Amino acid sequence: MKQARPVYLNLWRIRLPIPGIVSILHRISGVIIFLGLPYLLYLLNLSLHSPETFNQLSMQLSNPGQKLWLWIILSAVAWHFFAGIRHLLMDAGVGESLRGGRAGAWIVIVLSAIVIILLGIGIWS
Amino acid sequence: MVVKTASKAGLRDWLIQRVSAIIIGLYTLFIVIYLLANPSLAYAQWHHLFQGLPMRIITLLVVLTIVWHAWIGLWTVLTDYVKNTSVRVIVQGIIIILLAAYIISSIDVLWSAGSGY
Repeated sequence: MKQARPVYLNLWRIRLPIPGIVSILHRISGVIIFLGLPYLLYLLNLSLHSPETFNQLSMQLSNPGQKLWLWIILSAVAWHFFAGIRHLLMDAGVGESLRGGRAGAWIVIVLSAIVIILLGIGIWS
Repeated sequence: MVVKTASKAGLRDWLIQRVSAIIIGLYTLFIVIYLLANPSLAYAQWHHLFQGLPMRIITLLVVLTIVWHAWIGLWTVLTDYVKNTSVRVIVQGIIIILLAAYIISSIDVLWSAGSGY
């Protein structure tokens, strides 16, 4: 018999533990990179095709929308990189405990944040 | 842990995902360090880097590694979140077409480099 149970799914009230947040963002960043690959290939093509298209790059990247898109993709790459290293280390038995897992998650957050801020400065300055 | 036949594909994917991650990570590090070491990079030097056959082949192999890595990752994510089989198969088909297009485009980009030079 099915019971009509109350469903409470206020996502803001569900506190995902820090390692859980790092893990779900690892997945999300992976999907962003997959969707961003055509753009990165497009930029690589511009940079390699001819001196004219190479110089066109800086013009393309003065567009605010393209700056934002590039920043999002490269931020996803940075996050995926650090979260991936944490994953590999945990496979090797490093940071597998509850405390180690939390510490590793924080290290990923801090390192990614630093790189993402630096990317922002590099793109908008 | 005893690995049964049914989970062999999973173990293989698990291993490929990690080996490919290391390859992609090392290539990314190389490109990042190269760009940081050459802040005022000019076309001639950048083009020269990708002109050699070894660099083109290595880059293409890394693209293939990314495609393989992406497929395993997206397959895992889809299996976790999309429970409807026909929807999942359709999305998987779209992903395969996109990944194939990525491979073909990168061959074109790498082998047409400098064609407008």
